[in-house]
Amino acid sequence: MSLKLVFLGRLEDVAGHGEIALDIAGPLTLSEIAERLEPQLAVAISAANVRIALNGSLVSPGGWTAGNGDELAFLPPVSGG
Amino acid sequence: MIRDVRLAHADFDPAHEMAHFTARQDAGGVTSFLGKVRSEASDNPVLALELRHYAPLTLPGMEELAMRAERNWKLTGLLIIHREGVMEPGDPIVLVACGARHRRDAFEASDFLMDHLKSESWFWKREKTANGWRWIEPRAQDADDLARWAHIR
Repeated sequence: MSLKLVFLGRLEDVAGHGEIALDIAGPLTLSEIAERLEPQLAVAISAANVRIALNGSLVSPGGWTAGNGDELAFLPPVSGG
Repeated sequence: MIRDVRLAHADFDPAHEMAHFTARQDAGGVTSFLGKVRSEASDNPVLALELRHYAPLTLPGMEELAMRAERNWKLTGLLIIHREGVMEPGDPIVLVACGARHRRDAFEASDFLMDHLKSESWFWKREKTANGWRWIEPRAQDADDLARWAHIR
């Protein structure tokens, strides 16, 4: 089973990729996902100004799990057109 | 009321778009704003500008913004074309135009749209200079620009 993580803006540089497929055994919370990532990336995605979208809808940092086939995007502050 | 909101994946011709938009409506006046890639950043020549977007949010967010403007000003037409991808100095980035029976509606709605496109829309921007690529962080001015519209629902 696999969970797709998407990193926008400067988070892509921290992650080294725009997308990461995470092999998972079951649905995970945000902190469980962060534990699976490099420490520097885990810190970067946990910043207060990083918004999160689960399957294209904005969500708060808690109160959900992401599982097989889901797409979780990490959105740093936007820098405008 | 014409609403034309697009995410452009390639270069577009602002003059052609304006002529088409203006011809499609019976407006007393049409305002427009064109944002272009500038040629210098902190005295370094800009070689390229890239705008990244997130498809599930970016265009839907632009459409919601357009509907907000339509609720608050009396418009005959509203146009937003916003680029994503890699651009060169001089290339158009964003074209906003509003048609209305009276000019104040058109001016204010265009101003509202631009302030929100710059500071709230789902775009991430990086510039390439001789020093390489650099992500552009939001400016304090962006928040000040948004605060001007706190009274708009």
